[in-house]
Parts: sequence; C-alpha cells; structure tokens
Amino acid sequence: MAPKRVVIRDHSAEANLFARRALIAMIVITMMAGALLFNLYHLQVTRYDDYQTRSNGNRIKVLPVAPNRGLIYDRNGVLLAENRPVFSLQIVPNEVKDLKATVSELAQLLSISETDVEDFYKDYRRQRRFKPVTLLNRLSKENVALFSAQQHRFPGVSIEARLTRHYPFADTFTHVLGYVAKINQKDLKKLQEAGQEANYAATYDIGKLGIEKYHESILHGQVGSQEVEVNNQGRIIRTLNFVPPVPGKDITLNIDIQLQQVAQQALEDNRGAVVVLDARDGGVLALYSNPAYDPNLFVHGISSKNYRGLLNSLDKPLINRATQGQYPPASTVKPHLALLGLEKNYTRLNNTIFDRGVFQLKNVSHKWRDWLSWGHGHVNVTTAIEVSCDTYFYDLAYRMGIDEISGYMAQFGFGEYSGLDLYEESSAILPSRGWKRARMNEPWYMGDTIVVGIGQGPWTATPVQLASSVTALVNHGKRFVPQIYRGIYQEGQTIVAEPKTRTPIEINDVTNWHIVLDAMYGVNHREKGTARKSFSDAPYVSGGKTGTAQLVSIAQGEKYDAEKLDERHRDNAMYVGFAPYDDPEIVVAVAVENAGSGSAEAGPVARLIMDQYFSTDNLTIAQTTSEENHEL
Amino acid sequence: MSSEKLDSRNQSFLYKIHVDGPLLLGLLTLMIVGLFTIYSAGGQDWALVQRQIIRLGVATAVMLALAQVSPTVFRRLSVYIYITGILLLIAVLLVGVTGKGAQRWLDLGFFRFQPSELLKLAVPMMIAWYIARKNLPPRTLNVFAALILVLTPTLLIAKQPDLGTSLLIASSGIFAIFLAGLRWKLLSMFAIALSAFTPILWFFLMKDYQKQRVLTFMNPESDPLGSGYHIIQSKIAIGSGGMEGKGWLQGTQSQLEFLPERHTDFIFSVFSEEFGFLGVVLLVALYLFIVSRGMLIAFRAQEAYSKLLAGSITLTFFVYVFVNMGMVSGILPVVGVPLPLVSYGGTSMVTLMAGFGILMSVATRRKLLSRE
Repeated sequence: MAPKRVVIRDHSAEANLFARRALIAMIVITMMAGALLFNLYHLQVTRYDDYQTRSNGNRIKVLPVAPNRGLIYDRNGVLLAENRPVFSLQIVPNEVKDLKATVSELAQLLSISETDVEDFYKDYRRQRRFKPVTLLNRLSKENVALFSAQQHRFPGVSIEARLTRHYPFADTFTHVLGYVAKINQKDLKKLQEAGQEANYAATYDIGKLGIEKYHESILHGQVGSQEVEVNNQGRIIRTLNFVPPVPGKDITLNIDIQLQQVAQQALEDNRGAVVVLDARDGGVLALYSNPAYDPNLFVHGISSKNYRGLLNSLDKPLINRATQGQYPPASTVKPHLALLGLEKNYTRLNNTIFDRGVFQLKNVSHKWRDWLSWGHGHVNVTTAIEVSCDTYFYDLAYRMGIDEISGYMAQFGFGEYSGLDLYEESSAILPSRGWKRARMNEPWYMGDTIVVGIGQGPWTATPVQLASSVTALVNHGKRFVPQIYRGIYQEGQTIVAEPKTRTPIEINDVTNWHIVLDAMYGVNHREKGTARKSFSDAPYVSGGKTGTAQLVSIAQGEKYDAEKLDERHRDNAMYVGFAPYDDPEIVVAVAVENAGSGSAEAGPVARLIMDQYFSTDNLTIAQTTSEENHEL
Repeated sequence: MSSEKLDSRNQSFLYKIHVDGPLLLGLLTLMIVGLFTIYSAGGQDWALVQRQIIRLGVATAVMLALAQVSPTVFRRLSVYIYITGILLLIAVLLVGVTGKGAQRWLDLGFFRFQPSELLKLAVPMMIAWYIARKNLPPRTLNVFAALILVLTPTLLIAKQPDLGTSLLIASSGIFAIFLAGLRWKLLSMFAIALSAFTPILWFFLMKDYQKQRVLTFMNPESDPLGSGYHIIQSKIAIGSGGMEGKGWLQGTQSQLEFLPERHTDFIFSVFSEEFGFLGVVLLVALYLFIVSRGMLIAFRAQEAYSKLLAGSITLTFFVYVFVNMGMVSGILPVVGVPLPLVSYGGTSMVTLMAGFGILMSVATRRKLLSRE
C-alpha cells in the first residue's frame, strides 16, 4: 500500500492528457457550431423566400372595405332612400378584465335586455377572444351619449358605426323601392354563383325587394381594400395600402313623389293599386299598392311577430298589387277590343247593333246580360265604349273569335311580363286556346269567347299591364317598356337612360285608332260617358275607360246586389285613362278591390292623380314641360 | 517561458487585479449586443434595458469578486458548497415555491433563491476536486463514484422539474470527467447506458408538458396554434431575416409580437430576424472566441483541479449557446435555456458570470499554483 501512496504526480503527462481532451472538445464544439450555422444558413438563405412570405402572411391582412350604397332620388331630386349611421356596442373579450362584471354593468347602464345579453354570450363563446362581439345593436342617441360619457370605465368596449338604409317616406314607396336587409345564406349562395362574393366581403345588407333588388348592381358599388399590418392579436397597427371602395351610383327614379303621395291618399281606405306612366317614354311616374308597410322594419331584421302579422293579414300588404295583382280587366279593355274589330274589319264606325240588355246565341238558353238590364238601344262602336255596352262587345268578340283576340291582345302586352324593373311581377292570364288546353286540358268553346269580350272570364291583367296597354293605344301602337329607373344621378344631374321600346303594333288604318281614342274622350267628357261625373269639370281634356269586374258569378236571372254580398266578393272598380287628350303625357291605371263600380270608385282616383299632375305646383311639369306650359 | 513573461508584462495591470483582458472584452461585447437586442425585442422599453444593465453590473461585480479568490480556496470549499447545494435541493422539493408548474425556488423572505443555480458551479467544482485528488486519468471505480456525484443533483433538479438545468448540470459534471481523461471504452459504455435510459426518462421522469415539447419539436406543424406555435413563429422570424436581416428595430415578427418569449429564451430569433445570417455568423464567432479563450485558460492552468473546473465551465457555457440556438432554430426541443449574456433575466446570468470569475481566477494565478 505504501509505495502506491507516494506515487509522484506526473504533471506533464496529465497536462498532455488534458490538452488532448481539450483539443477533442474544441473540435466537437467547432463541429456543433458548424451544424448550427449550417441549419441557420438553410433557414435564412436557402429557404429565405418561403419564410419571408410566411412572415408577411403573418403580419399583413387585407381587409375589405364596404362601398357606400347609392342613394335613390325621385325625378324631382327628393331623397327616397338614404344611408344613416347606426351604432352598435362591441366588446373585445380579451381586452376586458372582468367580462361578466363589465357586461352586467353595461346592461344596467344602457338597460340592455336579457335576451341581448344571452345572445352576446352565445356569440362570445363561438368567436376568438380578440375579435369584437356585438352586445347591443342600433343604439339610440341617448345610449350613445350615455355610454360615451362613461367610456373610460369600460376598456375594450367601443361603439362602432356603420351606414344602413333608411326610407324616409316609409310605406309610400315600399312597393317601388323594396328594401335592403342583412345578407343571408341564400343571398350568399347567389353571390357565389355570380362570382360576386368578394365584392360583398364587407357588405352587410343587400337589396331584397323592389328597386333595391333589381338595381342592386348599380347601387352596390365596388368593394375597396385596406392592406393593414396586424400584430399577433389581430389588432391593426398601421395601414400599408388603401384602395378606396367605389361607392354605388346614386340613381333617379321616374317616380314623382307628389303623384305617389296622391295615389296613396286616394287609396287610403281601400285595397288596390295605382300605376301612372309617362305616355311619352313609359317612365313610371307613380306605382302604389295599398295596403303597404314600413320597409324600415325589414332593414334591421323584422321581429317574427311583426312579420307574421304582415304575412297573415287578410289584406295581403306584402303583395305588390300594381305588378302582381291579377285583376279581371273588365270593360277597361273594350277600347282595345274595339280597335281590333275596326282594324280587322269586324265592325265599322257606323255599324250599329240594337241592345236589348241581353246577348243570346241561337239554340243556347244561356243569356249574357248587359250591365244595364234594359239595354242601350242603338249603339255603334263609339257609344259602345262611352256607355260601356256589354252586348256590343259580346257580339263583337263572338264574331272575332278567341284566336284573333288573344293574338292581338298579346301585342298590347297582356299575358306577359311588362318588362318593368321589378322582379315582383306577374304575367297574369291572357286566355287562348293553348292556355285553356295547358291549364284545364279542355278545348276552347265558342261560348268562352263571349265573356272575354267584356274583359272577364279567365282574363286577368295587372294594373301595370293595363297602363302599359293604354300607353300603346295613345301612341298609335308604339310601345314602351315601363321603367321606374330614370338614370344615374351625378353631380346634381340625372343622366336619363334611353326609354326601352318593344315591337310596335301594326297599324292598318290610323283612323281606327282615332275612333277608339275619341270614344275614350267621350267616356270622360260626353253626355253619356261612364266617367263624366269624374271628369266633365276637369280643366284639362282627357280620355279613359271604366271597368267593373265581377268577382262571383251571379246566377242566371239574378241581379247583382252589393249589399247582399260579402265585402270581399263585391266588384272590383277599374279605370284606365290618359291626358291631355291631344298630346297625351300621362296614362293612369287604377284598380280598387271590392269597391263597386269603376265609374264611381276608380274614376275619382284617376281624377285626383291627373289633377295633381296638371296642378300648378307640379314639379314634374315645371321641370319637363315648361315650354309647353308657356304655349298654353 | 519567455512568451509567458511577455504576456504577463503586457497585461500586468489587468493581471494584478485578476482580470483576463480578452475574456472580459468578449463578455462585454456580448452584453452590449444583448442590450441592443433586448431594447428591440422588448418593444423599445428603456426601463427593461435599464434593469438588464443593473443585472449585468451585479453579475460583473460577482465575476470580479470571485476572480480575486484563489483557486485553492475554491478547491477547499468544493465539498462544502456541493453538500450545501444538495441539501438546498432537497429543501426545495419539500418547501419550495411553485412557479410555472415547477418547484424551483426557495423563498428566503427577502429574496427568492434558486438552488439549482448554485449546483451549476458546485457540480463541476465537486467533480474536479474529487478527480484531481488522484492521478489522471481516473480509475473506473472513481469514475462511477463521480457519476453518482453528478447524477444525484441532476435527478433532484429533474424532479422539480427543470429539465433544461438538470441537463446542463449533468453535462458540466460529465465534461469534467471527460476532460480528466475518461477512457473511450467507458465513454462508449455510458453512451449505450444513456440510450437505454431514455425510455425510463420518457415514461417515468418527464412530465406531460415536457413530453409535449419533445413531440412538438418532432413535428411543430402538427399543432400550429398550440405548442408548435412558438417554434414555427421562431423559424419564420429567423428565416425571414435572410442574409442581411430586416434591420435593428425592424423585425416584424418580434415588433408585432408574433414571437413568444421575445426578450428571454427566444431572443436569438429576434437577433437573427433583425441582423440576418451575417449577424448570426458574427455572434456565433463571438461565442466561439469566448469558448476558445476559456479553453486556453484551462489549458494554461498549472494544476489539475483548475484545468478541469475551467474546462468544464467553458464547455457548459457552450452547451447553453448550442441548446438555445438549437431550440429556437428548430433542431432541438424547446427547453427553457436562455442565450447566455444576451437573454433578459437574472439568476442564470449571475451564475454564468460567477463561472467566468472562476475562469479569471484560474487565468491570473498560474505561477502561484505551479509553485504549490
């Protein structure tokens, strides 16, 4: 043991051993450092582009910016649809220390309902913590002020403003303008199909009905974008690039607000519709359907209770009667039928028949009655229109046959869409052999034609079709497509769009057209005219035709007695008219449901509208026909 | 001998105050780089930089103070420091303060103390003392005894759990044994034993969050928003720095807070993003310079204890650098190891500088020791 203990340390050997080991260590260290640098070179140089892209992807977000929706004006420059700011209260959850306390405090301060709070928590659980969640929509001005004063107490809570549609005239224009509302799944699908999804990335509302829907592409505009740098919380640090959205174009309608308002007042207590067209270009000066409703209800999401109320109402306010109401045209189409008879030589100006109050076919027991049970006596085409003689037209229609009638009436636009710029339109029914075969799988009987002669039977027309057909009549066959849209409004001026036209109706002898129009003059102004009570004292010269549409068949030999009938089975009152007679400017079509006779109920409505049109305070006249006024 | 005389004459003043000039220069440069990077990573928070400056000052003071102590004193104290350290570790496990899911701290009333930091120096000191008592290379039996001295604190710290520190401590002890001339046959045996130990580590010693870190390391893209997020964002930061970097204060990954732990463990990502590959090469070169200087000091030391201690401290310092850079650049799993002298933070920096104090003590007492 002893010798081992006195072994002398060999310091140089130990130093050599250590030096070798240290050298190995240094070599290993150098290799490890090399490996580090090799990997870092790979990251920073070889794969630089990849990581550069990912770094930018991290920090740069492109946010869509919604364009402002175009405004809508009437032809006089009155604003019909505007954009107003609405305020919503939003919370960014991860910026709030005690969310529960904050929410309950806010609920108390702004008296937020429990359901709103529940909805908030529902949204809150679904979203990421750094994204704002809406607590309260549509804050009142008082609440905005109340919150603003207390805002310092609520970090992470803010008021966001966005523009939303407002219709200042509420129900007056519902059936023209329609409304916008929140984009839903169905809209989204349509936008995807149209490749418009990106353009609507920031848009909240979309046109759902009326002009708002039909001219959506003009009104919406182009989405803009904001390239922003965001931090890891998604919070915007700065804007790198801003491509402003292209706002939707402002548009002007052909609608004249005064005429529209008169139409609304005139129909106040009735279900019905009024359509007023500009005889010179087919522009829609007024289009009103009663009852209407407030479109603003829909903009912010209508409550289901309110919606059910509208949907289930017997008065059917959701239906646009002016374009979807299918009314038997009744006697309002007698001028058209008379024209056909004259043009195709089934009758002449001085051909007369003797009306005993009934029309009968040989060997048929059925009696077709005139509205005047004792008959009109001797009538020619002019008197037949003036007094609205049914027998004359039973006879004429019977002789012309259904093919002749449906062929010619189709040229006036019956049985087809008017082409009006509203999607809510019905083509109504123009009876024909083909129609009856398709609809009822029955042949057309000769007898079926007889009631068609007085615009009854299966024949229906919408008020806009009626107005459009009369426009064709007063323009001697020249046809316009009714248009609500007048043009784009720019820098205080409307760039008026070209009127749309359709294939004109062939003229055989223009005298025939004059005969018919003269008879319509007689309806309003001659001694026996059915609308003379409404128009004889008018300060302008006009033409027109009344109609009374029978809704339930009256048993043979029985008399129509309004008092006995259920209110909703009473006759519809119809009227079409135009003025001034010499150079027509406006065409009016009126339908009043279950009101009674056209002469008593529909004529006065048209009179009110024409009076408004020719009154001195009419903006439209002052604007468009000032020169003519001077000549008068 | 003549070169040594020349050396000592040139550095006479620094030598007298027991400071190694080149090492001090390297450390100060590193600190300045660190301060600039912290300023950028901390969102240009001057207060943060000030606090770091104070820490660096304290740490440097500790270094200079320890440099004044003779290696002989360290050698004599080795055993006592080691035993104290082990007792403190046991105390931590019994009454320690829990922080971030691990018991690492002892609350001494006026300040919190992390005994594992003490062990970072105590273990190499103990091993160096133990091995240097006998001739080098150590005999097999002594190697096993030394391994037990290493593994005891390693396992105690792993139990806290603090995997990063326990690995650093284990490596510091093993480095001392390796430098003492551990035979290659034994070394390869240990390597085999270690790989056999890995499953035990995985199934019995590692906590879930540690396993998760390793799993995430294997495939960070598997959980891009969860635990893989850190690694992915770090790699994006480094990679997008490119050759020349985005420029100081211009790193979008760090300035926009996509990077986690920006001014602490992941500060190297910020540095790489802003200074690019060129900056990275210079930084690695600076670390290699410090390591080389440390190894030179160990080489020049006259006595086995000093050689082993200085060598072990230097190599462990490099392990810090390697593990940190490796984890932020995605070639090592994320273990909480800071980038030495650059990362923001206190305790570990003081320990590191204390280690450099010992190095300086060794560097400036060669003649004294040779006489002993």
